[in-house]
Amino acid sequence: MGLDQLSLLQQLMITLSAMALFTSFALLEQARLVAAIHAFAWQGVLVAMVTAVVAASGGLEHLFFSAALTLGLKALLIPWMLHWLVRSLELDRHKEPLRHPALVIMAGVALVIFSYWLVLPMVEEELMFTRNIVAVSLAMVLIGLLMMVVRQQAVTQVLGFMSMENGLFLAAVSATGGMPLVVELGVAFDVLVAMVLFGVFFFQIRESIDSLDVDRMNRLTERTDEE
Amino acid sequence: MMALLFTVFAPLAGALVLAVLTPLRIAGWFNIAISALNFAASLALARAVATDGVVAGMSFRVDDFNVYLLVLTAFVSLTTAIFSRPYMGYVRESGRTTDRGMRLYHTMFQLFMFTMMLALSTDNLGVLWVAVEGATLATVLLVSLYRTPEAIEAAWKYFILCGVGIALALFGTVLLYFAAQHVLEDPTKGLTWSALYGVAGQLPPSVMGLAFVFLLVGYGTKVGLVPMHQWLPDAHSEGPTPMSAVLSGLLLNVALYAVVRLKMLVDGSLAGTELPHMAGYLLMGFGLVSFLVAGLFLHRQRDIKRMFSYSSIEHMGLMTFAFGLGGPLATFGALLHMLVHSLTKSAIFVTVGHATHIAGTQSIDHIRGLIRTQPAVGWGLLLGVAAIAGFPPFGVFTSEFLLLTATMQTQPWFTVPLLVGLAVAFAGLFRHLQPMVYGSVPEGQEPVQANMLPVLIHLGLVLWLGLSIPEFLSHWLNRATELIVGVGLL
Amino acid sequence: MSLSSWGVALLQALLYLALAPLLAGWVRKVKARLQNRRGASLLQPYRDLYKLFGKEARMAHTASPLFRAAPYIVFTATWLAASAIPFIATGLPTAAVADVIVIAGLLALARFFLALAGMDVGTAFGGMGASREMFVSALAEPAMLMAVFTLAMTAHSTNLSSMVDYQLLHSDILRPSYMFALTGLVLVALAETGRIPVDNPGTHLELTMIHEAMILEYSGRHLALMEWAAQLKLLLYGVLLVNVFFPWGMAQGIHPGALTIGLLVVMTKLLLLGAVLAASETALAKMRLFRVPAMLNLALLLALLGLLSYVILEV
Repeated sequence: MGLDQLSLLQQLMITLSAMALFTSFALLEQARLVAAIHAFAWQGVLVAMVTAVVAASGGLEHLFFSAALTLGLKALLIPWMLHWLVRSLELDRHKEPLRHPALVIMAGVALVIFSYWLVLPMVEEELMFTRNIVAVSLAMVLIGLLMMVVRQQAVTQVLGFMSMENGLFLAAVSATGGMPLVVELGVAFDVLVAMVLFGVFFFQIRESIDSLDVDRMNRLTERTDEE
Repeated sequence: MMALLFTVFAPLAGALVLAVLTPLRIAGWFNIAISALNFAASLALARAVATDGVVAGMSFRVDDFNVYLLVLTAFVSLTTAIFSRPYMGYVRESGRTTDRGMRLYHTMFQLFMFTMMLALSTDNLGVLWVAVEGATLATVLLVSLYRTPEAIEAAWKYFILCGVGIALALFGTVLLYFAAQHVLEDPTKGLTWSALYGVAGQLPPSVMGLAFVFLLVGYGTKVGLVPMHQWLPDAHSEGPTPMSAVLSGLLLNVALYAVVRLKMLVDGSLAGTELPHMAGYLLMGFGLVSFLVAGLFLHRQRDIKRMFSYSSIEHMGLMTFAFGLGGPLATFGALLHMLVHSLTKSAIFVTVGHATHIAGTQSIDHIRGLIRTQPAVGWGLLLGVAAIAGFPPFGVFTSEFLLLTATMQTQPWFTVPLLVGLAVAFAGLFRHLQPMVYGSVPEGQEPVQANMLPVLIHLGLVLWLGLSIPEFLSHWLNRATELIVGVGLL
Repeated sequence: MSLSSWGVALLQALLYLALAPLLAGWVRKVKARLQNRRGASLLQPYRDLYKLFGKEARMAHTASPLFRAAPYIVFTATWLAASAIPFIATGLPTAAVADVIVIAGLLALARFFLALAGMDVGTAFGGMGASREMFVSALAEPAMLMAVFTLAMTAHSTNLSSMVDYQLLHSDILRPSYMFALTGLVLVALAETGRIPVDNPGTHLELTMIHEAMILEYSGRHLALMEWAAQLKLLLYGVLLVNVFFPWGMAQGIHPGALTIGLLVVMTKLLLLGAVLAASETALAKMRLFRVPAMLNLALLLALLGLLSYVILEV
């Protein structure tokens, strides 16, 4: 099932998903906060483009709406909100270098291989390229998870969470041609509300511990129970 | 149908009103009124289901399994609303929160109820996901209501861990939809539970197996299964006490309900493969580990609400184990356990609210002599802990006994860790309880204005269920068991 | 393998020799223009080489025979590697040698002797340049090999000529693995040929020298050979990038008309590439040395992603 048997639109889908995976890695490794937000915005653009290509190749009109929704929400609104938060929290020039960048990148690559292995048994002969894009989107989800684990700053953890949602959306679009519109609207609404709540939280956290380094929030551990 | 719509959407309407209603006293009473209305509607719905079998329509579906959960949720929310009115008044007076915080609390309380009702009554698995995530979002700001560093930390942990878990559950849902695409005639119905249940045998097992793992990890995070339980003790102990009551008593049930619904689909799909009980084994594994680990952690706790939240994890683990075991006896026991655990745990948290009010602290070491200061609270706590620890004649004993019998019949070796775990948890609870209730009274401890009516009702119900389960309830549970495993107990 | 195809192969090798200084001069010219200068003429590198060949080659008295031999070895190895890469035509007899691993090996040989020569005389500059060169190449080698392996997997062969033929046949397919490999190779090429942002080819400040430091002690014809080898290396990487990824226009036989067209097309492509290189050198600043690993890690990541996207998405 080589690449030459797929139509141009399907090849475009594959290329765009590969580029989205690259933005996942870029997000993972980026030390500067503002650049990370830009990488996330680009990820949103790429996912929206994949949706549009799927809509065009399958003739599914409601997916064009989903593509527009993703573009508006993930590529414009949420990055804008994050920018606003970063400016209000005075974190414009904040840099948070990874402690072990090589190890983290290797872990990311291992996660890509792992997700491919996980998805392998789902054989659908005529839709193998779809299954492969599902592997890529699962990798994006897991890399988002990795990002939340290795980062200590609250804003970058939120970026990791949002990039997980991007991966999930890509999985839904590529594997199934989009979930029912009601569900997609619900998910988009949930993501938006989550973003708003995150914003509220940033201010609360900064008020309480005077920084956004979540590693410093460690009063509630089992050890503190022994007074 | 009207009853169904009322049950689901009344809390939403209430939330919208409460968002703008400023006087605190009226808000408290309004909260109770909406919850009472909700409860009445749920009873009407239960009658409709009892006569018609299933109430469905507009992608809602209420059958025997979720109708009793709907009634239970509405009931516990009513009693908690009754408790919360004076309690939150005291919280407001002591300055732990502001007027805006109180408005937020009441609005989110009803919004939370709305999301839980929606999750329990919907037929669409995607809407189920949205509702469960919505429940997390609604309660997150409430956990951090008191704005202490610990509360904010607890809320952040809750948000992040549950958010991540839920995202994995969404991936599982997507895989499920993917699996349904080529099996159903109308692929857009790929997320409708009833349609999927009809063709469960044809769904590809490899996809379903992978999907179930993601769904179990995802929704299991919200159930509080070890090792995804890290958020639970913090979130349940740092929020206001009425919030702990509903989180422990109700949200965990909703998440477990989601898991069991999905298990029904996966069992149908895996029936023809080499590992037909994979879903069951996974549930048993997670359940048993949660049960044992929580029982051990119970001993180390120094905060009373944390202790009881570990007890919640323990009981949810037990229920998960029971659902994993399968078979009519274990399932009946699990359903009964969901019921009595909800009632008992919320009663305990209400009593704990009063106890912390009396002692002025949540630390176990500093709560003493409750029975001498205010006998009602002391006795309430004592009986509540006795109930949750599984003393006969309380209902928890009945359900645990049913579970142990089922285990001995099907997997006899598991009886040993179950009994050991039960003993360990029992010891832990009473070890902490004894000085709190009977110890010497510290200086200046005064009784407080405490409405023990909700506790009385709950414990009374649990006692009644332990002594003799009424006919209609046992038939109700039996029909639910039939729905889940295909064969009833009675 | 007729005589005429060997003749074309020889012609290709000579063309490499002849055109290498021209590319270097073109890049310098464009840079100068971008910086609002007139710049030296396009043929200046030729004049420089001619001047150097005429001068006396003096050596330090601490120099060993290796010092004397190194320029010839470096020059020959680089020339051999370059002449194997398809320049104007594919399917030539030298194509059999055009295995990427062989080419990587020949370039490594050249680099090895360059580094040794740098250390040979015992000056501080030479040792420093040699260690820096080895540092950069240790990180760039894996990235380059990974990138070409990605290409090799698609074409099912590590032979560059087969890769070019395959690409000519299947050029209407959009491949993410090629995209990633191209980006990775561009970064590697910048590092290996010693251009900004890794190394400044026009500098003589000790803090910033890598390549210049190693050849500091050479003079006369030895220096000429070293400079020519560096220019050949630039041409080699340029041809690698344009001919493997954008091979359209290459002759597939030894027909003189096709060969001429092939030559013109490749020269146009190289002109464009040179202009892009000059623009990027003007726009970017040289990176601090300890930041170079970050860039090469990015190249390695891109190459890895190319390989992964081949395995996951394109098979």
